Amino acid sequence: MRRYIVFIPLVLFFALGILLWRGLQLDPTELPSALIDKPMPDFQLSALEDPERVLSKADLTFDEPVLLNVWATWCPSCKAEHAQLNRMATQEGVKIIGVNYKDERSKAKVWLEKYLNPYVINIYDEKGTLGLDLGVYGAPETYVLDAQGVIRYKHVGVVDERVWQQLKGVMAELKSGAAS
Amino acid sequence: MKFWLVVLVLLLPLQSWAAIDTYEFKDEASRERFQQLTDELRCPKCQNQNLADSNSPIAKDLRTEIHRMLGEEQSDDQIIDFMVARYGEFVLYKPRKTASTWVLWYGPFVLLAFGLLIIVLISRRKRKPDASGTPANKPAEEPAEGSGLNETEAKRLNAILKQDDDQ
Repeated sequence: MRRYIVFIPLVLFFALGILLWRGLQLDPTELPSALIDKPMPDFQLSALEDPERVLSKADLTFDEPVLLNVWATWCPSCKAEHAQLNRMATQEGVKIIGVNYKDERSKAKVWLEKYLNPYVINIYDEKGTLGLDLGVYGAPETYVLDAQGVIRYKHVGVVDERVWQQLKGVMAELKSGAAS
Repeated sequence: MKFWLVVLVLLLPLQSWAAIDTYEFKDEASRERFQQLTDELRCPKCQNQNLADSNSPIAKDLRTEIHRMLGEEQSDDQIIDFMVARYGEFVLYKPRKTASTWVLWYGPFVLLAFGLLIIVLISRRKRKPDASGTPANKPAEEPAEGSGLNETEAKRLNAILKQDDDQ
């Protein structure tokens, strides 16, 4: 028994090595969202298309899980994911709420005309107040809201096909959970 | 005159203007609180900078927000709670003492105590043969106290030792 004690440092070394090596694989820019499983924060902001129309949380109630996508014309990654969002909206009928984050209304409108509009509704968050309440720290960000408007999942970065499959899984789970 | 103006312009550190935005505080105390808060809160985007250092737009927004909350006479705890509610515990450079951060705060001391304990145990074990056994340089006439021998064994040992002396 005593003889094996000398191996303890070696074992500890390997345990620490494996721990740190695993740490290298993690993406440090990915933060756990503090808002997961919290209701969508309330807001009073105008619609992107119509400055007269005031939107609030009540306008976002759908009877199914939806996506909420934070975007802006100044954000190159938003352009990269736009085609994917269009495809999801037109081919798979996903409802996507847009939050136009710290942008210019005219530019955003031109963008939607030029690259098509995948959003069912677009909130114009000029000062980033809703973004602040959502804990947005870098566009694009995509949230999954359940039928009750509770935030269930958050993805920071471009939505591509791989990410979409992930989001789809979360949404399907929410749907089946609500049905049962 | 013109020359000196050009020199003066060249001497101005342009870069340092970038991160400075001007805030007005109603008194010195709230200015200090602002500095302390932006020092202790981390920028969510740039990761290894605090809010005071960062140039990123989000850090600027958060600085403005802190300034607004200070103006509303909100306490430091309220402001910190506001940030944590949105960006998570991540934004705290000084993690709060909760069950999940207990290891962070007290782990090093536990490890230190553990290390000290091991050192004490090892040094004790090493000293034991010297303290209780026979010193190497002079032959003992009688087994020392605490050598773990009972009376008959001690007598036998003495006999054997004496036998050696006779030869």
